[in-house]
Amino acid sequence: MNIVVCVNHVPDTETKVRVGPDGVSIDRTGVNFMLNPYDEFAVEEGLRLKDKFGGEVTVMSLGGDTHKETLRKALAMGVGKAVLLKDDATRDSFAVAKGLAEELKTMGADVILFGKQSIDYDDAQVGTLVAELLGLPSVAVIVKLEIKDGKAMCEREIEGGHEVVETKLPAVFLAQKGLNEPRYPSLKGIMSAKTKPIAEKPASGAEVRVETRAMAKPGAKGSGKIVGTDKEAVSELIRLLREEAKVI
Amino acid sequence: MKVLAFAEQRDGKFKKSSFEVVQAGHSIAEKMGAEFCALVVGSGVQDVAKELGQYGASKVIVVDDQSLSRHSNTAFSKVIAEVARKQGAGIVMMAGSQMGKDLAPRVAIKLEAGLAADCVALDVEGGDLIARRPVYAGKGVITVAVKTPVKVFTLRPNVFTSAPGSGTASVETAQVTLTPEDFGSVVTETKVATGRPDVTEADIVVSGGRGMKGPEHFNLIENLADVLGAGVGASRAVVDAGWRPHDEQVGQTGKTVSPTMYVACGISGAVQHLAGMSSSKYIVAINKDKDAPIFQVADYGIVGDVFEVLPELTGQLKKVLGKG
Repeated sequence: MNIVVCVNHVPDTETKVRVGPDGVSIDRTGVNFMLNPYDEFAVEEGLRLKDKFGGEVTVMSLGGDTHKETLRKALAMGVGKAVLLKDDATRDSFAVAKGLAEELKTMGADVILFGKQSIDYDDAQVGTLVAELLGLPSVAVIVKLEIKDGKAMCEREIEGGHEVVETKLPAVFLAQKGLNEPRYPSLKGIMSAKTKPIAEKPASGAEVRVETRAMAKPGAKGSGKIVGTDKEAVSELIRLLREEAKVI
Repeated sequence: MKVLAFAEQRDGKFKKSSFEVVQAGHSIAEKMGAEFCALVVGSGVQDVAKELGQYGASKVIVVDDQSLSRHSNTAFSKVIAEVARKQGAGIVMMAGSQMGKDLAPRVAIKLEAGLAADCVALDVEGGDLIARRPVYAGKGVITVAVKTPVKVFTLRPNVFTSAPGSGTASVETAQVTLTPEDFGSVVTETKVATGRPDVTEADIVVSGGRGMKGPEHFNLIENLADVLGAGVGASRAVVDAGWRPHDEQVGQTGKTVSPTMYVACGISGAVQHLAGMSSSKYIVAINKDKDAPIFQVADYGIVGDVFEVLPELTGQLKKVLGKG
């Protein structure tokens, strides 16, 4: 089975967002970057499929040199090959998807995995855009994946429940937390990841369709109000919710 | 120019987010001097389509086909894109629900359109539709413009208003030819948990964190949620500890919620949690640490022990709301 996992390099969840000097993106100084958390589930699922069916797992990312750090993390987890589609320019989701899809066309993957969304732009569209660009089926937000006889049975999360989705292969899957428990890289894995080669290619297709005009911090909430302490404050809280906020 | 709003339905019932999209689409069309129509896709949905008139759709297009009784993102996206093309729609809108998020990218590619996802505000500037959308789970907000001739937008559920009026809709049917190849993936079963609403759709969310001290105490959260008809949420810490299922997780690696009221119980308010809920209209926090960061975003705070405050709050609300 030929498995490709597409990953992104994103600011970690503890990051306090400051608007950068260009006014349209974040100030990257002092920000730690990491493998996108949802992509970790995708990498793990790729490795499990390889353990079960044999074949090869390739991890691929589109971006600048800094993305190598994230590719190395996936290599350390046990992935065999890494590809960096190099581009330092800012891309929108479409341009990222286009670059990935062009390369995927040459790779002949049976299974293409993504995280359900990148926690930077929270767009949740790159994986599905890639599927449509390649003319492949896709299942998003999966918490279960079973492959048998060239078909996949997935469970995906929807509001207040799950959907069971059946699809043929090749297909694109977008991983949600709960799909599996990602492994920690072993020391041996970390050491060998340092010497594994990362294939570098220029990324193609840079048409930007959605332009970011400005970035701002969300409007600050008014300073909080402490109603009181302990259960003695409960009746006053209920009064405020009914008479001031009018929410109940 | 035309604005087309796809109104999602499941089992012949519209979601609240569908009404939000129809109403927002109608108001944008008015501002732009454009025509507006809504679109309903499915099997046996002809009769429910009229309901969208109350939300501003004077015209509703229905594609009713038995093969669409089971959801398929490939087939539904083909239908939406074909109707948009035939109608000459310049703007296509849908909810940023799980279904909408799954369909919109496919529709966008088919229409050679850019997609602005998960918008929380829309505005017309110089004849162009400008959107605002949160990034970094709400730690930032960006203003975006879609540059392609056809533009697709998804709207975050629970953010835009929907209030039924007295409008009526004329319903028009349309046909789209579908072949077995269009059903690349198919939903074979839907398992819907009964009971409480999902945190992304609920008007009120009651959430518990590490201060609940163990999974066995979440009945206090559930009892309060049930009195309020609320959804139940959880912090990452308690989900990672296995106390609660991950579909309840609120925060940067969980769900981002915008309810009318968010009640945070025993949640200190880590940056990544605040990111997921700070766009709630009213935030209530109950925590025994008066310095907890959650109090900086809370509209109403009680400094106290959740094990005392929650039963008292639930008990008093039962009486006040006549559920005791």
